Amino acid sequence: MNLALLLLKTPTLVHLSAVDLAIIVFYFALVLGIGFYLKRFAKTGEDFFLAGREMTAWVAGLAFVSANLGSLELLGWAGNAYQYGILAAHWYWVGAIPAMVFLGLVMMPFYYISKTHSVPGYLKLRYGSEASALSAVTFAFMTILMSGVNMYAMAVVMEVVLGWNLHFSIIVSSLTVGVYVAAGGLFSAIFNEVLQFFLIWFGALLIPIIGLTEAGGWSGMVARIHANYPGQDFTHLWGPMSSAANNPMGVQWVAIVFGLGSVISMGYWTTDFLVVQRVLSAHNLRSAKLAPIIGSFFKMAVPLIVILPGLLGRAVLPWHLVPGNQAQPGQFKYDDVLPLMLARYCGPGLLGLGITALIAGFMAGMAGNVSAFATVWTYDIYRPYLRKEAPDQHYVSMGRWCTIIGLLVSIGTAYLVTRSKSMMDYVQALFSFFIAPLFGTVLLGMLWKRATRMAGFLGLLAGVLTSVTTFTMMKLDARWIGVFCFSPLAQPLAQAMWQALWACLVCVAVTVLVTFVTEPRADQDLVGLVYSLTKVPHEEHATVFHTPWFWGLVALALFVILQIIFW
Amino acid sequence: MSEKHQIIPVWFFVGVLLLVYGALILATGIYEISNPPVDRVVLYDLHANVWWGGVLLILGVFFSWRFSPARERARMAKNS
Repeated sequence: MNLALLLLKTPTLVHLSAVDLAIIVFYFALVLGIGFYLKRFAKTGEDFFLAGREMTAWVAGLAFVSANLGSLELLGWAGNAYQYGILAAHWYWVGAIPAMVFLGLVMMPFYYISKTHSVPGYLKLRYGSEASALSAVTFAFMTILMSGVNMYAMAVVMEVVLGWNLHFSIIVSSLTVGVYVAAGGLFSAIFNEVLQFFLIWFGALLIPIIGLTEAGGWSGMVARIHANYPGQDFTHLWGPMSSAANNPMGVQWVAIVFGLGSVISMGYWTTDFLVVQRVLSAHNLRSAKLAPIIGSFFKMAVPLIVILPGLLGRAVLPWHLVPGNQAQPGQFKYDDVLPLMLARYCGPGLLGLGITALIAGFMAGMAGNVSAFATVWTYDIYRPYLRKEAPDQHYVSMGRWCTIIGLLVSIGTAYLVTRSKSMMDYVQALFSFFIAPLFGTVLLGMLWKRATRMAGFLGLLAGVLTSVTTFTMMKLDARWIGVFCFSPLAQPLAQAMWQALWACLVCVAVTVLVTFVTEPRADQDLVGLVYSLTKVPHEEHATVFHTPWFWGLVALALFVILQIIFW
Repeated sequence: MSEKHQIIPVWFFVGVLLLVYGALILATGIYEISNPPVDRVVLYDLHANVWWGGVLLILGVFFSWRFSPARERARMAKNS
């Protein structure tokens, strides 16, 4: 079919030149070449599913933070920054840094020492098959849906920004991801994530540099925002948090600190296997502990390329952007702010770099989900319940087939979402149902040796049901928002924080109550799985500057300084 | 290059990517100085593609050289 027909032109935000297309084509050629090159190294199960457990702290750390730096996040959070101002940075700072440091210093030793392949795998060792199966099945189901959502989102962005045909984007992206992940497994996914990390930084960093030049620096940008939107505060993090009525998100500091900082972020960064899998690929325990801490420094800097462009959009764009569901033809949505800023400052070549960064982000999102799905399906569902004793090579083949089947299901999901666009919101909401209670279950399992098998399972189940119930009640009748969120003004992001907080609290309460009426496991069965019974290897030859604790504390100190600067 | 698998380090591929992109963007920027486009981006006079392309090119050359497979092989042979 003629390429020109496939790239059917519709009114677009930007137009690519020949050099931009060359940049995009080179990226596809490079990732496919890397995939074929890595195929020869992905021979055993440990190679294919955990990249041979031989990544350095830097590679694992960059892959860890990149797995969460997909284009869906970039476009969405730049749009959120335009809508809510610098409040959106809470998701990058209080909503990430403490959790990443906690993962590295406290939780990573247990994941690593137990030699588990996955988070459900840890639950199986700690609690038994019930909690593990619930977690594995829900996670496998959700990752595959999320991969489809990424595919659909990429196709839509490419259609809106470049005028590319929806089917063309879906076919090309899924074929490319399928080939390189099926070939090299987690090796390929991690290599691509590191490439994506550099692409996103070099593709997006020019926007704040040139944007601040145009706006007259930070103070000039703030003055322009105040002039364009009088009486509204878009540039303070904590000042407008005293009451839900004082900020555009309708949220109080309690929800940010306890809902986002203590439950959602802890749940996501420490128990979502998509990100934890990257750290498990580290070549020793010290690297596994350092990887999330290295990631935390880069995560702290991400608002520079995501939040600042959203704020600059408020300052310099000649139009007012509108919510996605209210956009009329000819109007731009909040989520268009990043492509608009890219088109504003980036000429030929630079535009291609920015668009390639977005494509790489989407494909890394798909690859991350598909590789995590293949691991959880093979090790936590197929091996324990369907075929227990098989040669290692059989499980590697299963992983490769899972990658292909996972992508086919993702394509189905992508087309399902094109039919019912609101499904995208629900898929993302579904994902959040499982993460918050899972954190309660894993944390109690690691820190409290008394927690029992049935308590782990029932606590997790009760937490998930609480999450589903609060979500449904708030959607069906808005009066429940005031009950669960202590303010009827709470916007969807604020509702998600309260929903997570309730789910985690119920999970912990049920786990504790059931534990006291059930028999505990013997101590010797819990060695290497629980804090009080595990001897974490001591780092004898490391100077203070080489210890994860030192860098963890530096990360936390920088985090506090940022809060004070932007208070 | 990994100890167990002798894989070319990912940093080498990062270097190749930056090198190619830097060269393309820098060349486009230089061409645009002699042939200014009709539709110009905001702050075109900063010639961002020239200096940004230059930064990418320098980093690309450094990464490609520092982590080249030949250098890595030599380093590993020396260590063993």
